[in-house]
Amino acid sequence: MVRDVAFGQYFPGKSIIHRLDSRAKILLLIGYIVIIFCAFNYFSLSLVALLSAVMIALSKISPKFYFKSLKVIIFVVIFTSLLNLFYGTGEIIAQWWIFKVTVGGINRAVFVTVRIICLILASSCLTFTTAPTELTDAIERLMKPLNKLHFPVHEIAMMMSLALRFVPTLLEETDKITSAQKARGADMESGNILKRVKALIPILIPLFVSSFRRAYEIATAMECRCYHGGNGRTRMKIIHMTKRDVMAFAVLAFVILGVILCNIFIPTVI
Amino acid sequence: MQFISLENVVFSYSDSENDLIAKNAIDGVSLDIKKGEFVALLGHNGCGKSTVAKHLNAMLLPDSGKVYVDGDDTADEDKTFEIRKKVGLVLQNPDNQLVASIVEDDVAFGPENLGIEPDEIRRRVDFALKAVGMYDYRESAPFKLSGGQKQRVAIAGILAMQPQCIVLDEPTAMLDPNGRDEVLSTLLKLNREDGITVVLITHYMEEAVLSDRVVVMDEGKILTQGTPDEVFSQVELLKKHRLDVPQSAELAHRLKGCGVKIDKIPLTVQDCVDMLEGVLK
Repeated sequence: MVRDVAFGQYFPGKSIIHRLDSRAKILLLIGYIVIIFCAFNYFSLSLVALLSAVMIALSKISPKFYFKSLKVIIFVVIFTSLLNLFYGTGEIIAQWWIFKVTVGGINRAVFVTVRIICLILASSCLTFTTAPTELTDAIERLMKPLNKLHFPVHEIAMMMSLALRFVPTLLEETDKITSAQKARGADMESGNILKRVKALIPILIPLFVSSFRRAYEIATAMECRCYHGGNGRTRMKIIHMTKRDVMAFAVLAFVILGVILCNIFIPTVI
Repeated sequence: MQFISLENVVFSYSDSENDLIAKNAIDGVSLDIKKGEFVALLGHNGCGKSTVAKHLNAMLLPDSGKVYVDGDDTADEDKTFEIRKKVGLVLQNPDNQLVASIVEDDVAFGPENLGIEPDEIRRRVDFALKAVGMYDYRESAPFKLSGGQKQRVAIAGILAMQPQCIVLDEPTAMLDPNGRDEVLSTLLKLNREDGITVVLITHYMEEAVLSDRVVVMDEGKILTQGTPDEVFSQVELLKKHRLDVPQSAELAHRLKGCGVKIDKIPLTVQDCVDMLEGVLK
């Protein structure tokens, strides 16, 4: 059940996107998210959407998985677009009771939908093509300057990578506990929502208890291997920015320029 | 030369509040481990063998008595990392020892903590993975491996720190027979070929038979020690303390009780077959 969620999964591969420096990918994603929200007319919006499509094509991962990751947020998309549809101003096209659909409303709904979809597609592209360890590694390296402000960068990155490491282990454990409770006669499939939520308690409590025990053991194992925080620690894998990364930044810069030009020369829609 | 020596070590897990009811987890243990030895530490659950293991690499410090590793007192805080570098500890549950999502990254974890240069780490990781026969799985995710494979990766993680001694706290307790064989043959190879001192804590008699020296613990004390032959000949003593002996030793012991003449207690199935053949001739 939990395993079906595509969002956040990693698909190993050798595409151009896979081989980009993970730090570059994070920065590119942040840049991309900014321009998603800086597109104010249909030309710039389609430029932004086009970049998403190019990313997906270059990642060489079946669009099926991208659709799957969209499925998770489909309700959010529908809800926000409906909300925006009825909150617009301008020429009224249709009206029913207090709901009125306006041109402005339609525009806003379309923009919000496209923006959320692009956002999800681009972030999926990042997580699909980057190993979790590389991601946390990149975050650690990118946030390094914060160390000067006594922000525990290494510790946070360590916690993130440990959490990611233990996701499959804990899923397995959840399955085991669920089976064990079912064997004892627990009923999880019938009843209303409240009843089903309550039925989760006998699963969550053992899971929590065993997680604490596990955490204690992991800490012991880490100490046995001389772990003593980030000071004096080296890394086996060093990541380098390459020409490929520079090119990726160039493409993003090009699209940003395009968006800015479109915004200047073509009238704003919303 | 003594590599590790425990001198009259006493340790109790209790805090000061309930001192009265607390029992010492280990109670006056003295033990010497030589370089290159393969020592098996046997005993029941709760006999203090895991506590002894944690004393060997300064994870626990004795309440009284001393532990020396290669001449350094484990109570000396400046030497803690030096000691853990020399004596690696592998725990029971392989799942809870692997900290990274990729096998080779996990093996690199120890050397990374020691602040070793990247090229050297790479060399050590490759060496360690080859030594345990997991090199082909270097890019796999730990959760996709079997229990025995995970435990071998955990051993590689310790090996990559280039320890002189590996202490294993019931490394096979959670494994199936296949996994157990994998881990044991890896350990034997490391001991025989690379000269690494191995301290294997176990409650499987079959594993203890493979060692150079067996140390039997009961209720926080050392009950007896010696070569497997010497220890498992004392069937009566072991039985009195509710410890098993290998099936073949048990069989020989009973035959002896019935008046069959047996010179040497057999420890493995093959020895037992040979012995029976000799008797029946």
